[in-house]
Amino acid sequence: MAVVTDAFSARAEKATGARRIGAFLSRGQASGPGRGPSRGLPITPWLFLVVPLGLLVLFTYVPVANMVWYSFTSWDGLDPVKEPVGLDNYVRIFTDPEMFKVFFVSLYYLAGAAVQMVLALYFATILSFNTRFRNFLKGMIFFPYLINGVAIGLVFLFLLRPGGTLDALLAVVGVAEPPQWIGDPSLVNVSLAATSVWRFMGLNFVLFLGAIQSIPNELYEAADIDGATSWQKFWFIIAPGIRQIIGLTTILAISGSLSVFEIPWIMTSGANGSTTFVIQTVQQAFQFGKFGLASAMAVVLLVVVLVITWIQRRIFPDEKVDLT
Amino acid sequence: MTRPDTTRPEATDREAIRYVSPLLAVTGPLPEPGRVEAARRRVRNAWRALRPLTTPLGIALKYTSLLIAVACAVIPLITVFMAAFKTREEFATSDPLAPPGDWLNLENFVVAFTRGGMLQGFANTTIILAVSLVGTILIGTMTAYAVDRFDFRGRRLVLGAFLLATLVPAVTTQVATFQVVNGLGLFNTRWAAIILFMGTDIVSIYIFLQFMRSIPRSLDEAAMLDGANRLTIYARIVFPLLRPAIATVVIIKGIAIYNEYYIPFLYMPSRDLGVVSTSLFRFMGPFGAQWEIISAGAVLVIVPTLIAFLLLQRQIYSGLTSGATK
Repeated sequence: MAVVTDAFSARAEKATGARRIGAFLSRGQASGPGRGPSRGLPITPWLFLVVPLGLLVLFTYVPVANMVWYSFTSWDGLDPVKEPVGLDNYVRIFTDPEMFKVFFVSLYYLAGAAVQMVLALYFATILSFNTRFRNFLKGMIFFPYLINGVAIGLVFLFLLRPGGTLDALLAVVGVAEPPQWIGDPSLVNVSLAATSVWRFMGLNFVLFLGAIQSIPNELYEAADIDGATSWQKFWFIIAPGIRQIIGLTTILAISGSLSVFEIPWIMTSGANGSTTFVIQTVQQAFQFGKFGLASAMAVVLLVVVLVITWIQRRIFPDEKVDLT
Repeated sequence: MTRPDTTRPEATDREAIRYVSPLLAVTGPLPEPGRVEAARRRVRNAWRALRPLTTPLGIALKYTSLLIAVACAVIPLITVFMAAFKTREEFATSDPLAPPGDWLNLENFVVAFTRGGMLQGFANTTIILAVSLVGTILIGTMTAYAVDRFDFRGRRLVLGAFLLATLVPAVTTQVATFQVVNGLGLFNTRWAAIILFMGTDIVSIYIFLQFMRSIPRSLDEAAMLDGANRLTIYARIVFPLLRPAIATVVIIKGIAIYNEYYIPFLYMPSRDLGVVSTSLFRFMGPFGAQWEIISAGAVLVIVPTLIAFLLLQRQIYSGLTSGATK
């Protein structure tokens, strides 16, 4: 869990909160036995690192650098000449309403993420107390997260299609004319966001449950002696204990709701106004050959994610978020 | 959990401190006795107000909500599972909630495996999974070994480069990664997926790095005194001791690769190179409205995951909490 936060400490070493990564980094400074020039050649570590670093540079840093470069051109993906166009691509993303409206689609997923976190927190809390069939229930709630995204897309297309399972269930309770869950442009994003909640709630739930269970038992025992109720235990013990993980999950939910791709792509291919930011990026690049514009969109998304992560580091500066 | 004892006699001030302080220790330092009383009164009032929620009604609500959750998780899957066993006519005429007439009708699965290309998909996924897992483990352990056990110029830079890369969401960079993969001549080969799964997996490196720190350095030193070189130490001492971390990486990375759709979709559009995800996605074309066959395909993809989950629950839970953020 600490990956995101620690990466930031690596950059902001001076900040007080750089403890964990600081520990990693400063280890090498200690001149313990086994270190120093007498043991092995100075080139030895690089022999171990040449392949990993090569791949890292080739598939992470080169693409990021190229992406920034392409974003200032009108490149079509094939032309050997990449015509510079300045900021045109960026201006278009934020002014063309056709381009801009995908951001509103993210709001559905953001709302979905909020619902998802509340549900996950609720179920994690009640399952952290004594409950019958606890392991079975935990598995049931968690399992959807492991399922292949394409399979989930098809399962929900089956569920939501006209005359499908959901309509049949509604007919049982007397709803004769259910809406078109996927076909209605005003409902499609709600249906897709709900599918996302179904898919990802289990992960949040397990992360919350892990955090709750890592709270020392003595605290609950002390609360029991005091005669605290489940609610009081939630507010006075659990809530402070999982503040960190909630913070991290919120950040992930925000950047996640901007990078939604699989569920809408599989279920609607972006039809009916369900195009998300990433679907649009992929379509611009690989269907319309507008690599310049698509790169600019990817840069925007990258910057947003970096800014959000930076904000998270400011709000939750130095406590470690490590559940292992 | 025992029901809170509401009849506990009033404690003295000293006792109050002892009773309350563990609770308050979560939020702040030990307060003065007067504030303790006030805090206790607040707690007691709040709890009296919420008391109905711990009564039988509250318990009923709790189990009802759990029942609804289980129904929401299961119904979508069960109905697809049932549809997979229905014949074409049966599917067209029966209610989606009705079970199939013949649970042994495997016709749809046969069609999914052969005409639907699921057989090919499982073969490709297996190849890619095996090669990328071996690669990820070698790369991750070598990186962790080099960074944790050597002191060299540029060490901080290397570590920083790996950690900074965790912030770059892979979904954003594909536009430009595509050009790199294409330039290497890997487009539409299995190597495209393999090399991307190996080369962009920083979470595994992080897990190895974390685990490496718990392996005592004295083991390396003892081996070195016996004349072992660095490669021997890595291969004979460090690598075997990393086994638990390797198991974690195999599980979380294995699930991620099995479920991956985006990378094979972008880099391996050829039909023969379909993996589980992309083969299943292609069901939507030719089998358009044949939901019984699409269902069979989905069931084929879900069942291995279910088996893996039932066998490896514990490891999956703990593995995910250590590598979930990517």
